[in-house]
Amino acid sequence: MIYTQSPLAIGLFVAFVLFVLSLSFYLARRTTSSDSYYAAGGNIHWMVNGIAFAGDYLSAASFLGICGMIATAGYDGWMYSIGYLAGWIVALFVVAEPMKRLGKYTFTDALDSKFNSKSIQLAAAVSTLMISVFYLIPQMVGAGVLVKPLLGMPHWVGVCIVGIVVTLIVATAGMASTTYVQFFKGGLLLVVSATVVIMVLFRGLSTSPENNGLPYHEFKTLEASVAADGSLEVGKGYQAPADWRSTEFGEAGYVKLSKDGRNTVWRIMEGENGGYLLEETLHVTEKADGTQLYNGAPKEAGKFFPVGHIKELRVDGQEVAATGAVGPFAYLSAIKDSTIILWGKEYIKQGGNTYTVYYQKPTPGARILRPGLKFKVDNATATEKFNFISLMLALFCGTAALPHILIRYYTVPSQAAARKSTIVAIASIGFFYILTLFLGLGAMTSGVINMTDNNMSAPLLALSFGVVLFAIISSLAFATVLGTVSGLIVAASGAVAHDLMDNFLGMNMSDKGKVLAGKTVAIIVGCIAIYLGIIFEGMNVSFLVGWAFAVAASANLPAIVMLLFWSKTTAQGVSSSILVGLVAALGLILVSPDMWTRYGLLPSDAPVAFNSPALISIPLAFITLVIVSLLTQKGVTNEATEAAEA
Amino acid sequence: MGHGPAVKLEKDKSTPYKSKLGIKFFLFYTALYASFVVINSVKPSIMQKVYMGQTVAVLYGFFLIIFAFILAMFYNRLCTAAETRMNK
Repeated sequence: MIYTQSPLAIGLFVAFVLFVLSLSFYLARRTTSSDSYYAAGGNIHWMVNGIAFAGDYLSAASFLGICGMIATAGYDGWMYSIGYLAGWIVALFVVAEPMKRLGKYTFTDALDSKFNSKSIQLAAAVSTLMISVFYLIPQMVGAGVLVKPLLGMPHWVGVCIVGIVVTLIVATAGMASTTYVQFFKGGLLLVVSATVVIMVLFRGLSTSPENNGLPYHEFKTLEASVAADGSLEVGKGYQAPADWRSTEFGEAGYVKLSKDGRNTVWRIMEGENGGYLLEETLHVTEKADGTQLYNGAPKEAGKFFPVGHIKELRVDGQEVAATGAVGPFAYLSAIKDSTIILWGKEYIKQGGNTYTVYYQKPTPGARILRPGLKFKVDNATATEKFNFISLMLALFCGTAALPHILIRYYTVPSQAAARKSTIVAIASIGFFYILTLFLGLGAMTSGVINMTDNNMSAPLLALSFGVVLFAIISSLAFATVLGTVSGLIVAASGAVAHDLMDNFLGMNMSDKGKVLAGKTVAIIVGCIAIYLGIIFEGMNVSFLVGWAFAVAASANLPAIVMLLFWSKTTAQGVSSSILVGLVAALGLILVSPDMWTRYGLLPSDAPVAFNSPALISIPLAFITLVIVSLLTQKGVTNEATEAAEA
Repeated sequence: MGHGPAVKLEKDKSTPYKSKLGIKFFLFYTALYASFVVINSVKPSIMQKVYMGQTVAVLYGFFLIIFAFILAMFYNRLCTAAETRMNK
């Protein structure tokens, strides 16, 4: 079994949930005004807000997705960390102080501060809702992904637990309870991740990774020869089919061997003296009736081994079996000089069954510690380069445009506090992203990766140090989801109750009515989040966060930047820019090759050749704003006058 | 329509100075980040070169993360000084 259901993990998670719920109910007694519900009264200390930023921002995608990606694709996974962190520079230097100065409760407030325009209120609220939902889906799916293997409960139970707890947190004390949940979660995440990294460095690197006392599965290589009748002779009790060469496996360069009633798949390589070498693989069989076998046996049999090891470990030019405790740079240097076994994936169809075969790919460490294993950058086509640049642009521009991040600026008392809290966020998030490199590489070389779900690499790395650390990391992973989802629900409830109901529809609610509306919307959004988390089961976590970043960067950032730095910006320009950015980013994503694959179609048939839309949709939103603003200059004076008189 | 900050803000005369400073710092860091992206897409082999025992990719990645913090601290220092000077 790769996973262990840990009562300690359940206990720690329950303790954290009870703690945050008690805090929420305590704070609820003081949350009677809309200022306290939507902005925590605007008196949160900048240090607390900075760590809460980290708790809000470091989602399941950061914690689980990036570590998993680094574990399987090396440096390319860390590129996400670099891009996400760089985005905070945009937040600090461009939007932090103006956002605090112009807004009250929501991102829409800041955009609409000059104009008091219905079109901005509607467009920005719709954009906030869309981005929050895109961000919510992977978080809720992540909750289900975690609960399934760790607590032995079905996916929907995990989604419901997180959904109900988060809805209670938000519906009781709004931004006040959300802030403290994010603060505790952010702080714990930094401390626990740093602890795991210190343990990784103390353990050092080894060609025989330890896994909590369990021996690492040694992947075998068998010698085989072809007999006069054409059959494959393997020995050691393994039997190859007579038609081994002509099957779908044979044509793909593999052979299926049987021993003791169990089938295993081996990769065929040329050996010496005309013979063959057969290298052990891992495979998952999906039968026509939907049942799955893991390495020829049910999942519970534990035949699908965790992977990730060093083939040749070199330190200062010498081949060694283990490094012992090392410093962070010596650790990276040893990986650079060594050869690591990464894993490739291939699909084979035979007799109505689909086989996913994972094969060994010995890779030089220096190749792992540079881009190119996931992103095609070497000898890349123009489209591949476009995809890469566009993704890096979306990561850079997306952070400062995420509504659930921007509303944290309203919780501090001054512009200076907004600035200082962003610097605390940069320090803590930057520190965490440095840790992700060691967490990912630690998983890559510690024999803990589950090839069917690399999102579990960080918790499984912790398991290699013992069940206590695993329990702490697992409960923290749940807390990670709680912190981010609560921020998203506050943002979504503000968009509906404050932007749409109060401002756009002009419902003129009393202060108590605004709080009640916010809490009611939070409960409704919580229920929608649970529903979406259940129906999107099985979707890739990071993929959907990428959508949210691309849409936020395209719909919101051009409007924020131009509002702040171009005096000719008009209300019509802002609302058109938001809608064009939103529609362009979403539209291009929906017709991308990635989505074509998800529709069950050939990616080459997709109407556009790229997956990341930011390089087109962001400039398009800027151009739209400029053109529409220039065409509607007459309105600028009138609107400004109206706003001043209001 | 309920706009304006949730708490009453003091008038800050240093806002125009801080905005200009922020743009300069932003453009400077953006140039460093853009260079990183351009090298990766145009000449990725540079990233595998080794200096001080590490690949350029690792060094550049650490630099972008740590320098963001250093630049942020420097910016804060200049802004705090401007706030003190201009809001006397």
